[in-house]
Amino acid sequence: MTLFFEQCLNGLQFGLLLFLLAAGLTLVFGIMDLVNLAHGSLYMVGAYFAATFAAWTGSFVFGAVLALCATLVVGMAVEVIVMRRLYGRDHLDHVLGTFGLILFFDEAVRLIWGPAGLSLPLPSWLAGSVQILPGFQYSSYRLAIIVVTLSVAAFLYVLVMRTRIGMLIRAGASNREMVGALGVNIKLLYTLVFGLGAALAGLAGLMQAPILTVQIGMGENILILAFVVTVIGGIGSIRGALVAALLVGILDTLGRAFFPDILRTMLSPTAASALAPALSSMLIYLLMAIVLVIKPEGLFSAGNK
Amino acid sequence: MLLAAGPAIGPATAQQKTIKIGFVSTFSGPTAVIGNDMRNSFELALDHMGRKMGGIPVEVIYEDDGLKPDVGKQKTEKLIESDKVDFIAGYIWSNVMLASLKPIVDSKTFLVIANAGPSQIAGELCSPTVFSTSWQNDQTPQAMGTYMNSKGVKSVYLIGPNYAAGKDMLAGVASTFKGKVIGQDLTTWPSQLDFSAELAKAKASGAEAVFVFYPGAAGVQFLNQYAAAGLKGKIPLYTAFTIDELSLPLQKENALGVPGAQEWVNDLPNEQNKKFVADYRKKYTGLRPTFYGAQSYDAAQLINSAVVATKGNLSDKVAVQKAMEKADFKSVRGNFKFGNNHVPIQNFYLQDVVKDADGQLSLKTVATIVKDDQDRFHDKCPMK
Repeated sequence: MTLFFEQCLNGLQFGLLLFLLAAGLTLVFGIMDLVNLAHGSLYMVGAYFAATFAAWTGSFVFGAVLALCATLVVGMAVEVIVMRRLYGRDHLDHVLGTFGLILFFDEAVRLIWGPAGLSLPLPSWLAGSVQILPGFQYSSYRLAIIVVTLSVAAFLYVLVMRTRIGMLIRAGASNREMVGALGVNIKLLYTLVFGLGAALAGLAGLMQAPILTVQIGMGENILILAFVVTVIGGIGSIRGALVAALLVGILDTLGRAFFPDILRTMLSPTAASALAPALSSMLIYLLMAIVLVIKPEGLFSAGNK
Repeated sequence: MLLAAGPAIGPATAQQKTIKIGFVSTFSGPTAVIGNDMRNSFELALDHMGRKMGGIPVEVIYEDDGLKPDVGKQKTEKLIESDKVDFIAGYIWSNVMLASLKPIVDSKTFLVIANAGPSQIAGELCSPTVFSTSWQNDQTPQAMGTYMNSKGVKSVYLIGPNYAAGKDMLAGVASTFKGKVIGQDLTTWPSQLDFSAELAKAKASGAEAVFVFYPGAAGVQFLNQYAAAGLKGKIPLYTAFTIDELSLPLQKENALGVPGAQEWVNDLPNEQNKKFVADYRKKYTGLRPTFYGAQSYDAAQLINSAVVATKGNLSDKVAVQKAMEKADFKSVRGNFKFGNNHVPIQNFYLQDVVKDADGQLSLKTVATIVKDDQDRFHDKCPMK
């Protein structure tokens, strides 16, 4: 029972992290109609900045805050320099352009930080584990990730549902042309939204950095999952991204944790251990396929096109 | 011009003009540091030979497999068909090696594997022209299993990546370990880097110890997460190929006191090894050689020994094979013999992470676990 509870916490933590990535992706996709493959690069840049600034300042939290600001600036710069030239073009152009950005960022990181990768050590007050229930220890850092991402989700909810900027974002997601026609400075809105998305990706990257190593291409695997989340949740919907991210995170973790044991009751041990990893990594794509069959626009579709 | 060049080429092609060696490893992505170390060591070996083998200049063509079996196979075919190399060496990953094996064996090109050790190549897929300067995958974890027996460990949980080598490693430790294997997990390779689900299962299983195999960057992540999950110091961890000179600077204190098995450690007290380690650190400032490098250095030495013994006449394949089978060179791990399947029969040592004189973390030989160990698949090899 504790094992199940712990795996659910692991799934929750992973899901919330996916949410940070997917939220930025879904905003950019929904509002600007822009497919941004380079979102994973911003995740990587956030992690590299955090490792560098934490080493400079000697403080994890201070380094993280600086890295967040730096990623926001990088994101806005990318929007102004590159993305503006891609709006209104075909999705294929977006894919080509942002794929070029991935190569650019990978090479830039290799030039600046070298090929070997960095590590971001945790401060001692986060490195250990805490007792949540009697006899049940959980990594304090993973717990911190859950708390931070939940607060970011709450912040996003207030921002999108309760503020003027949020209203424009929502309006932009359901009808772009009309928002522009009503005299809203759509250029500035796009830069802000892209910067916000970049900062969220950077936050995900820097929080993942102490668990994983900071390395070139670290954003590429997780980007695929973030796209899956975006598609399941419905493009442009933050609420959809949250629900889908939690579904994917928990399903992926529970699948990895319990699927091999379930298979072992049916198959021979060697066949089960060979088959289980492949099958459990298929689970989330299966979920996506089912959702798309039932609701082709995703769980919470923002647009009413 | 053409006329002048004609006679100069004539006599040179009758003998061997240059020794062409193709070297396949990973030079891009997060594990490029391993490929880099192998290339550094191979280049150092060539420096030590004056960049000539038996008086003939050597040309090495390095190719990047990108950690992908299909790319590795493609690069291997390119080396054989368009570069027409005399020898192929390298290969970190067992799955890349297995995918690339067929074109090498079919063309009867001599292959010196500098790391990968899939059980198939030691067994039924062994070939007269295929040699290894590393080990068969199972051997190192087998040594670890033996060591765990001597520590009185009664039960273990195994974790490793789901590819050819990962399966061999877990099977290897299970074959010598006398206690109970309570559970095992194979994780998606190389994409899965978060091991929270597996660590939670290992903890809940109540196993006395955990054995793990994660080469390269994944080994850093595993050890850091092991500590963060509160398992370090609670459940003893035993490893193979998880802590080396490349991962240690990133693993830091989390690797302290975690034992591993290895056939080469930087402090092995033979002359050739002292020279290798000292010159490596001199030539590549700030870097330390790893076992990947040591095996690559030996691969260059093995090729050299065959070229010297056959006086550069590489067209006589049987003579080259006989020369290589003698393993007539000073290995940095101490001398070894080849088994019938061309896999070394060698010692395995226990290595530990300690703080050295200048307060830096380094790997140190603690004991010899097994002497003259031969892999458990050599019976399946049809060569006698």
